[in-house]
Amino acid sequence: MTDKIANFTYTRLIKEYPYAEDFFSTRELPAPGDEVLLKEYLEGIGDEELQDKGLIREEILPELAGFLEAMESLSSSTSISSLKIQGGRAKDGNPEAVESLTVNVGDIISVVGPTGSGKSRLLEDIECLAQQDTPTNRQILIDGNAPGNNVRFSMDKKLVAQISQNMNFVMDCSALDFVIMHSESRMVPNPTEIAHEILALANELAGERFTEDTALTNLSGGQSRALMIADTALLSQSPIVLIDEIENAGVDRKKALDLLVRNEKIVFLATHDPLLALMADRRVIINGGSMIRVIETNDQERGMLCKLEEADALLLNAREQLRHGEMLH
Amino acid sequence: MKLITIAGPPSSGKTSVIVALLKEWAGRGDKLSVIKFDCLTSSDKEAYEKAGIPVETGLAGNLCPDHYFVNNIGKGIAWAESQGANTLITESAGLCNRCAPHIKSIPAVCVIDALSGLNTPKKTGPMLRYADLVVVTKGDIVSQAEREVFAYRVKQAAPKARIIAVNGLTGQGVLELALLLDELSQKDRPDNDQMDNMELRFSMPTALCSYCLGEKRIGQDYQIGITREMKFS
Repeated sequence: MTDKIANFTYTRLIKEYPYAEDFFSTRELPAPGDEVLLKEYLEGIGDEELQDKGLIREEILPELAGFLEAMESLSSSTSISSLKIQGGRAKDGNPEAVESLTVNVGDIISVVGPTGSGKSRLLEDIECLAQQDTPTNRQILIDGNAPGNNVRFSMDKKLVAQISQNMNFVMDCSALDFVIMHSESRMVPNPTEIAHEILALANELAGERFTEDTALTNLSGGQSRALMIADTALLSQSPIVLIDEIENAGVDRKKALDLLVRNEKIVFLATHDPLLALMADRRVIINGGSMIRVIETNDQERGMLCKLEEADALLLNAREQLRHGEMLH
Repeated sequence: MKLITIAGPPSSGKTSVIVALLKEWAGRGDKLSVIKFDCLTSSDKEAYEKAGIPVETGLAGNLCPDHYFVNNIGKGIAWAESQGANTLITESAGLCNRCAPHIKSIPAVCVIDALSGLNTPKKTGPMLRYADLVVVTKGDIVSQAEREVFAYRVKQAAPKARIIAVNGLTGQGVLELALLLDELSQKDRPDNDQMDNMELRFSMPTALCSYCLGEKRIGQDYQIGITREMKFS
């Protein structure tokens, strides 16, 4: 790759790898002339200029090649069909009651248990694709196989995306600009188009609408969560999504989960919320650091879910009415 | 002696990451030691002492801390040996972003904070660009999307480095860091002869000592001009 691009003109480089443009500006280097070969361009930069910019001449082309290769691999998608958790041991050292749990694409698994029981630890084990090397000794298999370190530890091509209630948007820009920026970094062909789609979707999920030019940091908790979910569903290449509680604050949770599942994700959902717990196909019960049982949501529970949803709607309605100065009747 | 250089902007979470890493390694019986290089003051010593790790602090004062690092790293290794350690981690706070303590064939880590802004990877210079591993901290409190954009910006600035997310407080990601460093150390572990011929990955800029004039070789013979020695107990 390094040798190949050395003989490229800048015009050809940008034509084949449009995202290479930023590579030079990131290094404060002037863009090469259109018809100049890259190797000639590099020879033409003075020693002092390179020193000032913290650059090593011989490293620049290999770095560019490394960047282009990384971006090429980023634009290819990762798909998996199943994930298997092999049980490890509980906090007391005894083997976990649940020996193994297999989850397929499109499944939603809720993780329930008292505070401190080990729900987050289970999500962490999945996040790092544990290979009997975490305190729980669990092992995670992807499509039946142990993933290699390359898959486990690459931050740029992660199998697992996380959304937690502790996460906030911190960047100083509008919601639209941010999602475009994110789309660009994911190498999607039409960044602006997909950004509009994501914001429309986020607005569907959020109880209260926000405009595309709302500052990212001004989004409410519910709006932020809705945007994170819409963004993960449409833009993230990670096939596994871990959610640590979706707050009640006006997010259409059912729609949100449907959206993720429709986009071929495996969803794990740690929650104390009975609605969310029952929306899952199965729930894992955690206690003492161990998966003690897997319960399949049955028809009777689904019936209960309907009642709970009605109660939830009643509560939400009352909230909205009070907020708008109405009286309840 | 296994040497690892860890650098990063002030308050990026270097000490937390190192303490978590040392806990991971202490479990398997490694004898660890740390030298913290800082500029004016440092209170990180306590964090290491609390974890039972032999530690020395070197304050560069009005000298550039990276120059001070290179003046003292040879003696630092000797000190670590005198402590019975088989692993020495140096922690340095990058200040002007122009220099880096990273040494050829020695595993080099840059710790950078996901909250520090999207332009930070670009501005961090050689300590990021020539690191083998870039550790992104504080990612647990920003959105997945921002983490991905940040990782992309790091990739742009340091395409050859491996990027991993570590939470210095909970230790999430430290296992990965430890395994990747093991891999690098096996590949790069210098024998004693190489220790005597260490060379910086990137030269240090204009100022007052031989390293300011572009010297890259490390050792007493190459130190000319204003240098300052650190006191070891």
